[in-house]
Amino acid sequence: MSIATPTYASRTSVTLDAVGALLLAVLWIAPLAFALWAAFHTPQGALSFDLFAPVTLDNFRTAWAGAPWPRYFLNTTMLVTVILAGQLFFCTLAGYAFARFHFPGSDLLFMLILLQLFILPEVLIVENYAMVSRLGLFDSILGIGAPYMASAFGIFLLRQAFKGVPRELEEAARVEGCGWTGVLWRVYIPAAKPVYLAYALVSIATHWNNFLWPLIVTNSNESRPLTVGLSLFAAPESGVNIAVISAATLFTIAPLLVAFLIFQRQFIQAFLRAGIR
Amino acid sequence: MTDTSQLHRIESRRLALYGSLLVLPSVFMLSLFAFWPTLATLWASLFSKGTSRRPSSFIGLDNYESLFANPDFWQVVGNNLIYAGVTIPVSIALALGMALWANARIPARAMVRIAYFTPAMLPMVAAANLWLFFYTPDIGVLDRLFGLVGIGGTNWLGQPETALASVIVVTIWKEAGFFMIFYLAALQTIPPDLKEAALIEGAGRWTYFRRILLPLLMPTTLFVMVNAMINSVKLIDHLFILTKGGPNNASKLILYWIWENAFSYFDRPMAAALTVLVLIVLGIVALIQFAVLERRIHYR
Repeated sequence: MSIATPTYASRTSVTLDAVGALLLAVLWIAPLAFALWAAFHTPQGALSFDLFAPVTLDNFRTAWAGAPWPRYFLNTTMLVTVILAGQLFFCTLAGYAFARFHFPGSDLLFMLILLQLFILPEVLIVENYAMVSRLGLFDSILGIGAPYMASAFGIFLLRQAFKGVPRELEEAARVEGCGWTGVLWRVYIPAAKPVYLAYALVSIATHWNNFLWPLIVTNSNESRPLTVGLSLFAAPESGVNIAVISAATLFTIAPLLVAFLIFQRQFIQAFLRAGIR
Repeated sequence: MTDTSQLHRIESRRLALYGSLLVLPSVFMLSLFAFWPTLATLWASLFSKGTSRRPSSFIGLDNYESLFANPDFWQVVGNNLIYAGVTIPVSIALALGMALWANARIPARAMVRIAYFTPAMLPMVAAANLWLFFYTPDIGVLDRLFGLVGIGGTNWLGQPETALASVIVVTIWKEAGFFMIFYLAALQTIPPDLKEAALIEGAGRWTYFRRILLPLLMPTTLFVMVNAMINSVKLIDHLFILTKGGPNNASKLILYWIWENAFSYFDRPMAAALTVLVLIVLGIVALIQFAVLERRIHYR
C-alpha cells in the first residue's frame, strides 16, 4: 500500500507533466504556425481564419518580387563568412598568445579584452559609426563585420581550448622540428576542432540574425543584409499585407531554420559550449 | 653556466616578443572598435550639440544634468527597468519549467524541445513580424480570441497601457527556449539516484525541487541571469517593427532611445551621455560576474 500510493501519484503527475509540456509547446510554436498558415493562403482567407481557404503561392511570388532578396541573401552570406573568417584569424592568434606565451602586461591586457564581453558593440553604435565612416567602410560588408572580428569571447574560448591541450603534444612537435607557428597549426588548431565548430555555428547564427548595427551602417541594397531588408519590406509605410509579410519572413528565416532542424544536436552543443557571443 | 642562463633569457624574451606579436592584430581591432569608441563616447558626452550658429563646445556634465531633468529620460529608464524586471525572472522561470518538462519522460519529447527552442533561432525582426499577426487590432489573432468572449478590439501596440507588455512578451518568447538548453544540460548531469533517494526519504516533489534541484542548478541560474541582464539592454530590434518606442514613449527602451538620439535627432552628445550610463550599468553586471561568480560557472 505504502508503495502503491506514490506510484499512482507519480503516474498522474507524469500525465500532468505531459499535458502541460505539450500545451506550452503548442503555444510556443503558434506564432510560427500561424505565419506558415497565413503565408499559404490569400490575405482574406488568412485573416478570416477560414480553414478551407484556398491554398496559394501568390504571397511568396508577391513577396519575392517586392524586394531584391537574392542580393540580400548574398549580402548576409558574405557578411557571416567575412565575420567568421576574421574571427577565426584574430581570435586564434590572440587565444594562442594568451594560452601559451607570457609577455609583459599580458594579464592586464587579457582583463581589458574580457571587458569587451560587456562593452557590447551594440552599445557603442554612435562612436563605432563614426569610426567606420572615418575608415571609409560605411555601407560595406566589411564595415558591418569589422567591429565583431576581434571578439573577446572568441579569444577567451580559444584560450581555454588551447590551455586544455597536453604540453606533451606540443613538445613532441617541437622535437620533430616544428616552429611556434607550426605548433599552432599542427597541434593546437586540430586539437581545438570541436570548439571551432561550436564557435562557428554560434557566430553564424548570431550574425545571420543581427539587425541594429547593420541597420545603422548600411545605406543601400548593395550591402544590406536580410534582416534589414526584411524590416524595410515589412514596414507599415510600405503597405504590404500580413500574408505577404509572413511569406517574406518565412523565406528569410528558412535557411537558418532548416540548418538548425538538420543539425540540431550540433547547434545545441555549440550554444552550450559558446553560449554567449 | 652563464652562457645557458643568458641563452635562456634571450629565448624567453624572444617568446615574449612572439606572444605580443600574436595579440597585436586583435588589440588593434579592439582599439578601433571597443577601447577608442568607449573613450570617445565619454569625451563626446562632455560637449554640447553643435548647431550651424554655435559650434559644439565643452560643457562638462551639463548633458547629464539635462538628461536627469528630462522626464522622458526617467520614463525610458523606468520602461527599461520594467522590461528587465519582467523578462529576466519570467524567462528564467519558464526556461527552468521547459527544461524540467523536456527532460521528463513525456511523449513527443524531441518535438517539444524543438518547439521551445526554435524561437531562439529567429532574428528578432522576424519574430516581431510573426507577432504582428497576433497584435493587429480587430483582425489579429489576439483580438479574434478575445472577440469570442465578447471583448472588443484592442490596439495592443498602439495604446500606452499594453505596448510595453506586448514588447515584453515577444522578448520572453524568444529568450526562454534559449535559456532552457543550459538548464537541460545541467539537469542531465544530476544523477537520477538523487531523486530516488530523496523520494525514499519521504521528500515530496516540491521539496526535492526546492531543496535539492534549485541549489544544484544555482550556477546555471546565475549564468543565465547575467545573460538575461545583458539581453535586457541589448534586445530592442523588435521595437523597430512593433512600436517604434511609442505611443508617447510608452515602450521606449534605452538602447532604442540612444539610436533615436544619434540617428534621428542627430544629438550625438546626448546619445553619448546615455551610452556612458548604459556602460556603467553593464560594468556593474561585469563586476557581479567577475566578483560573485568568479569562474565557477560555464566559463571553465
